[in-house]
Amino acid sequence: MADDALVRLSGLSKRFVKGQETITIFDRLDLAIPAGDFVAVMGPSGSGKTTLLNLLGGIDRADEGEIQIAGQRIDQLAESELARFRAAHVGFIFQFYNLMPMLTAAQNVELPLLLTKLGRQQRKSHVATALEVVNLGDRAKHYPREMSGGQQQRVAIARAIVSDPQLLLCDEPTGDLDRATADEILATLQTLNRELGKTIVMVTHDPAAAKFARRTLHLDKGRFVDAADLAA
Amino acid sequence: MNDFLLIFKNLFRKKLRAILMIVSILIAFAIFGVLAGFERAFNAGQDLAAADRLVTVNKINFTQPLPIAYYNRIQSIEGVADVTHANWFGGYYQDPKNFTVVLAIEPASYLKIFASEFEVAPDQADAFVRERTGALVGETLAAKWGWKVGDRIPIASSIFSQKNGSSTWDFTITGILKAAKPQIDTNFMLFQYAYFDETRSFGKDTIGWLILRTTSAALNDQVADRIDQMFANSSYETATDTEKAFNKAFVAQLGNIALIVLLVVGAAFVTILMIVGNTMVMSVRERTREIGVMKTLGFPGGRILRLVLGESILLALLGGLPGLGIAWLIAMAMRESLANFVPGIAITPEIAGAALLLMLALGLITGLVPALNAMRLKIADALGRS
Ligand SMILES: Nc1ncnc2c1ncn2[C@@H]1O[C@H](COP(=O)(O)OP(=O)(O)O)[C@@H](O)[C@H]1O
Ligand SMILES: [Mg+2]
Repeated sequence: MADDALVRLSGLSKRFVKGQETITIFDRLDLAIPAGDFVAVMGPSGSGKTTLLNLLGGIDRADEGEIQIAGQRIDQLAESELARFRAAHVGFIFQFYNLMPMLTAAQNVELPLLLTKLGRQQRKSHVATALEVVNLGDRAKHYPREMSGGQQQRVAIARAIVSDPQLLLCDEPTGDLDRATADEILATLQTLNRELGKTIVMVTHDPAAAKFARRTLHLDKGRFVDAADLAA
Repeated sequence: MNDFLLIFKNLFRKKLRAILMIVSILIAFAIFGVLAGFERAFNAGQDLAAADRLVTVNKINFTQPLPIAYYNRIQSIEGVADVTHANWFGGYYQDPKNFTVVLAIEPASYLKIFASEFEVAPDQADAFVRERTGALVGETLAAKWGWKVGDRIPIASSIFSQKNGSSTWDFTITGILKAAKPQIDTNFMLFQYAYFDETRSFGKDTIGWLILRTTSAALNDQVADRIDQMFANSSYETATDTEKAFNKAFVAQLGNIALIVLLVVGAAFVTILMIVGNTMVMSVRERTREIGVMKTLGFPGGRILRLVLGESILLALLGGLPGLGIAWLIAMAMRESLANFVPGIAITPEIAGAALLLMLALGLITGLVPALNAMRLKIADALGRS
């Protein structure tokens, strides 16, 4: 298991300094997630779930420890290398979709491809494919304000997968959606995991959402509880 | 999609705000263009004045006459290369409203001294020297009335009259005079002093002023002194100065246009700089989250910086270029009506170039702070905590 892990954290510590206070979020945390896994991360508010995703995605830095993604020590990368790493290996999905309001669905999905060497036609076909995967082929020219929350989240998923990263990081992706819409989104993520082999780490508050994952990690006071068997 | 479209869409995400900024920049550059065009025209005479040209006028006042005999006497002074003379005719065509600069001059010497300013086809120049009632008409003036070589035109004087009582002289256009440089004005007409002096009813054998070239600009002061000393204590004392000084004194009466331009444009720019700069900072701050998202997607800081700077530069160009266009239209419109007072109002390539540099500077300055902020933004902070 150790060798085929896509994500490996070892001895990870993260602290925030707030005025005089230092809050320790993680204290020598270990975690291994094999390629092709779909992990739900649950835990009380403020337990560090978002911080964990930020560390995995290389948008925040740990104070100690190693973060290895797809065999690469991202804790050792410089800012610009991290940006390139994210563009190539990680897709992010947020609770509030975070689409660009002035861009159409297709343009939003195309955005990450502006960082690649792909030509216009290639970008166009990648975008079309990604929109097909999330079942939004007919909404390509719509602006975010013309779409429902569920549709916007599907555009966000298309944007996350368009450059074909191995790892998807989802921060409460259904937190703002009703049950039925949430289930559609979760089913989409499940499909991405099962059929396209995407490794997914999904933070959620919702036990029903966690059921779509292959397994669930409970984060509390900077540790994974009831999950000793999962920590490497 | 490409970066340009992204920049464009960012700029116009709030249409009204973008349009208001564009309009204010447009107005600033329209003002800049027109005032710079004016300033240019006012000072063109000074800048174009040849360093080695002197002007001799009556010491009392440049509107007072001098004897024609001075022409020959000055020619013999050491250090003088060429001399010519001119009389102010006070001309108009058909109606006193159509005031026209008309000078009675000595053809060969005049064309020689101004050879670097004006171009006349050699056969037309010869015809002008030969033909007693001939006239050389500036290109601008000819175009204004549709005059061609060979036309006979009556020009009246508001000062002089002929011995036969008429105040109108008939001329035959023997040539068209073209400017050798674009800033040079050709809204005037020249005719032969001999014809003028012989037919006018008063003022015979007098001239208005003399223009001379020294053998070297270094001799200007010496030559000027020699001339003025030669005629000291005569009944027609002279004052000789460089053409530049002569033009400058003339322009000084119109006020310090350059300073006014600087103050007005400066005030407008500082105001617009603050408004646009502040609006850009606000507009980028409103987008903090989106910039965080773009960085999350892998857009490097430098690319984000360029996108924001591109936006502020695009804004400056979208306002500035049409503003300059409007200035050009205004300058063209005023060129006609002000031709007799401030000839040569124009948006020259130099002014357009300066305006373009100002646009880029405006764009860079107003975009720099928000662009740096955006570049330095920490993703985790930008996305906030939810
Ligand atoms: N940039 C930051 N500066 C200071 N404290 C932070 C920062 N980010 C997160 N925190 C703190 O770290 C803790 C964990 O935050 P977060 O990972 O967002 O929790 P969760 O997503 O589980 O609700 C919270 O107490 C939060 O206030
Ligand atoms: Mg969170």
